[in-house]
Amino acid sequence: MEKIPILKIGDFLLVTIQVDMHDRLALALQDDLAARIVVSGARGVLIDISALEIVDSFIGRMLGNIAAISSILDAATVVVGMRPAVAITLVELGISLNRVRTALNVEKGLELLRRILEPQEYHYQ
Amino acid sequence: MTEQPETLEIRSGQHLVFVRQAVRAKAEQLKLRLVDQTRIVTAASELARNTLEHGGGGMVTIQIVENGTHRGLRLKFEDKGPGIADIDLAMKEGYSTGTGLGLGLSGSKRLVNEFQISSRVGEGTEVTVIKWKS
Repeated sequence: MEKIPILKIGDFLLVTIQVDMHDRLALALQDDLAARIVVSGARGVLIDISALEIVDSFIGRMLGNIAAISSILDAATVVVGMRPAVAITLVELGISLNRVRTALNVEKGLELLRRILEPQEYHYQ
Repeated sequence: MTEQPETLEIRSGQHLVFVRQAVRAKAEQLKLRLVDQTRIVTAASELARNTLEHGGGGMVTIQIVENGTHRGLRLKFEDKGPGIADIDLAMKEGYSTGTGLGLGLSGSKRLVNEFQISSRVGEGTEVTVIKWKS
């Protein structure tokens, strides 16, 4: 079965969604990501959706679930690269994604993750 | 001149992908604005998922239509599922019998220009939407 690749970059996991996911693939990504967070001890997850032409309520819910699951597993999630037309449509559809952190692109997403995680690291040193 | 309609079946998750691709292709052919393409494809995805999950599968007919000088994209979703007893309730924001967020019908309605739903308990449901080219 096809899979969405999950790359490890330092303390972070990077997921670039490049295909129009069918529902089962989206659910598989949710499971794979949870497993990878635990195995890798990653502190942050970046999900790049710049290739997605639409985000419907199913994918919106999946993004929310991933953020909630990773938060319980002590990792922060940032969704990056949402297209303007997708953002407009999501809001009209009634999905605010208000529990999901977002950034404009991968670079800004990495910055945001570092900012979120840094204070905690100070605390532990 | 009326265009030939295209009919696709909706029986699996993979079919939802085909429906999105077919609606996108027709929206591009009609030269809808990008944000309107995104709206109608998103609405198609929501309504096709309803057909699959609540209607037990069915079909969609995609057609470019004309109304005087206006051209638009019409999508008709049909299933022979259990039907909807209370359409007003089903149209309510946040109402859901499935695993979704309950935004399928009410949310889709906001993404299109025309929205019609008819349903008979035990016979099925038909939803027709149109996005006019602005």
